[in-house]
Amino acid sequence: MSVLAFAEQRAGAVRDAALETLTVGRQLADALGVELVAVLVGPPGLAVEAGKLGSYGADRVLTGLADAFAEYSPEGYTELVAKAAREKAAKAVVFAASAQGKDLAPRVAARLKAGLASDVTQVGIEDGRVVAVRPAYAGKVFLRLAFKSAPAMLSVRPRAYKAAEAPRDAQVEELTVDAGAAARTKVQTAAEEKRERPDVAEAEIIVAGGRGLGGPESWKLLEGLADALGPGAGLGASRAVVDAGWRPHSEQVGQTGKVVAPPLYFAIGVSGAIQHLAGMQTAGCIVAVNKDAEAPIFKIADYGVVGDLFEIVPRLTEEIRKARSQP
Amino acid sequence: MKIIVCIKRVPDSESRIAKAKDGASVDTQGLKFVLNPYDEYAVEGALRLKEAAGDGSVTVMTLGGEESKETLRTALAMGADQAVLLKGQPSVDGLGTAQKLAGALEGREYDLLLFGKQAIDDDNLQVPAMVAELLGVPCATVVVELQVEGKVVTATREIEGGHEIVEFELPGVVAAQKGLNEPRYPSLKGIMQAKKKPLEEVDVGDAESHLEVIEVMNPPGRSAGVIVGEGADAVPELVRRLREEAKVI
Ligand SMILES: Cc1cc2nc3c(=O)[nH]c(=O)nc-3n(C[C@H](O)[C@H](O)[C@H](O)COP(=O)(O)OP(=O)(O)OC[C@H]3O[C@@H](n4cnc5c(N)ncnc54)[C@H](O)[C@@H]3O)c2cc1C
Ligand SMILES: Nc1ncnc2c1ncn2[C@@H]1O[C@H](COP(=O)(O)O)[C@@H](O)[C@H]1O
Repeated sequence: MSVLAFAEQRAGAVRDAALETLTVGRQLADALGVELVAVLVGPPGLAVEAGKLGSYGADRVLTGLADAFAEYSPEGYTELVAKAAREKAAKAVVFAASAQGKDLAPRVAARLKAGLASDVTQVGIEDGRVVAVRPAYAGKVFLRLAFKSAPAMLSVRPRAYKAAEAPRDAQVEELTVDAGAAARTKVQTAAEEKRERPDVAEAEIIVAGGRGLGGPESWKLLEGLADALGPGAGLGASRAVVDAGWRPHSEQVGQTGKVVAPPLYFAIGVSGAIQHLAGMQTAGCIVAVNKDAEAPIFKIADYGVVGDLFEIVPRLTEEIRKARSQP
Repeated sequence: MKIIVCIKRVPDSESRIAKAKDGASVDTQGLKFVLNPYDEYAVEGALRLKEAAGDGSVTVMTLGGEESKETLRTALAMGADQAVLLKGQPSVDGLGTAQKLAGALEGREYDLLLFGKQAIDDDNLQVPAMVAELLGVPCATVVVELQVEGKVVTATREIEGGHEIVEFELPGVVAAQKGLNEPRYPSLKGIMQAKKKPLEEVDVGDAESHLEVIEVMNPPGRSAGVIVGEGADAVPELVRRLREEAKVI
């Protein structure tokens, strides 16, 4: 018996969110007294990452390596993970609630005829059962859920858990499936983007801007602040800003954008409408900058500064840079 | 081209959500219900494909109670040709609902199945990919751009920090993300016509839930913190607190 963790990789590197699934998987495996199996899917030559998966708690690494897996292949990946779950008699299968995990987990769940809890923020074993907590209604409520089917299928919200090292010597084992035969879908990563900052869904710190910035040109201010906060900082936006075309929808936080839970969230010139709050109210620490002392964002912010963001943000950038350069 | 769009009735995004007396469900009394916002993109996408092709049909389908007829009528008023109500309750997780939908779809003709990427009540993000898997057809989720040429679908889907281009042959499933299009409002004429369009009812029974809600909980409490001060002069104190009190920078 086992717990399976899907070790998502992109361009050969195991993603941070995947290490978090190992940490979740390790906890479940320990509580159930079974081994943790990491499933690594990709092109031939990827096995080098097995050592890293071991250091984050995998007892065993199952590799599914094929040319057809150079890019994400929904059918091929489904085939492989479902087979791994069956062969290793998985009690639970853990994915990251990343773009790929959210596409793949439902497919595998349907293949295994097992219920899936999406975007889980907390999971544990109670009386031998897997119990998961996840937000619904855009985070306005949280559901505590038990599984009536097996294995327990979970996708875990990025950043809900901190990846923790738990080193062991992972055994590497190969699993083969007929990847080409199953594939009906051809997936390619679009070439256009160059990623400089983490995506808002994965950022450790989010600097989010609202209509208070007045226009897209003001975002250089927020970029400066994000730069000062370090490479883990990403940019977010309110819907008003996205609707105005100032920022791409991929940065939108809220009910119809992304639901995020970073340790630190800056809301700059954001009023704090209920649909925005729904997307970020589980952040660790919320800082609000707004010229209106009555803005609803202050009702949930841990720290607020009232005033003109065009004066406050440059100063904040400077002070944070100073603070971070000191030990 | 025959298109079927799966849609759901959900509480309006402005709704305040509270738990019901049983502690394990949500109190839906007095809430305003709407067509799931992501399903609006799916319906609009279907209408545009039909309009571009110059022929074909758009059918909207939902699994829900009697009250979901209103939601179907909204989609008919936007321009869909016919509607199907699968009478029964959706499941807690996506699988039961997907099984009911797939079961109903199996006996029907379709080229393209359109969904919203997510229902804003359960936020499962599961049903489209599950239906695709159960029917054994290809699928693209979180789609912001869609092209259909002959039998070939090219869909652009959002991933972290970029996009993926997904290509497959019909029949298949596409789940719409915001940005795919700008959904139209039903016109007065559309609303009048919707009343006369065919609405088929099939009793399918309640979907089986593979998960069980033990408890509905309020989000971790969040109360107002401190206003550190006013203007740029408050910044050093803010940074000190972020460093020493909150320990986040
Ligand atoms: C179905 C639906 C879904 C929605 N989904 C989302 C969603 O996912 N995400 C989302 O964010 N919204 C969403 N909304 C929209 C939401 O209701 C608000 O309209 C939106 O969040 C407001 O954006 P904002 O805070 O940037 O703008 P505003 O509400 O206009 O706020 C701007 C703020 O900036 C402040 N300000 C102005 N100038 C300055 C200055 N110089 N210095 C400091 N402060 C300044 C103002 O005091 C004000 O508080 C949704 C709405 C609907 C109906
Ligand atoms: N009860 C239902 N009836 C019809 N379609 C549904 C139903 N529930 C979900 N869907 C479709 O599946 C999408 C994703 O839903 P979910 O997986 O619940 O987030 C929705 O946007 C709808 O298109």
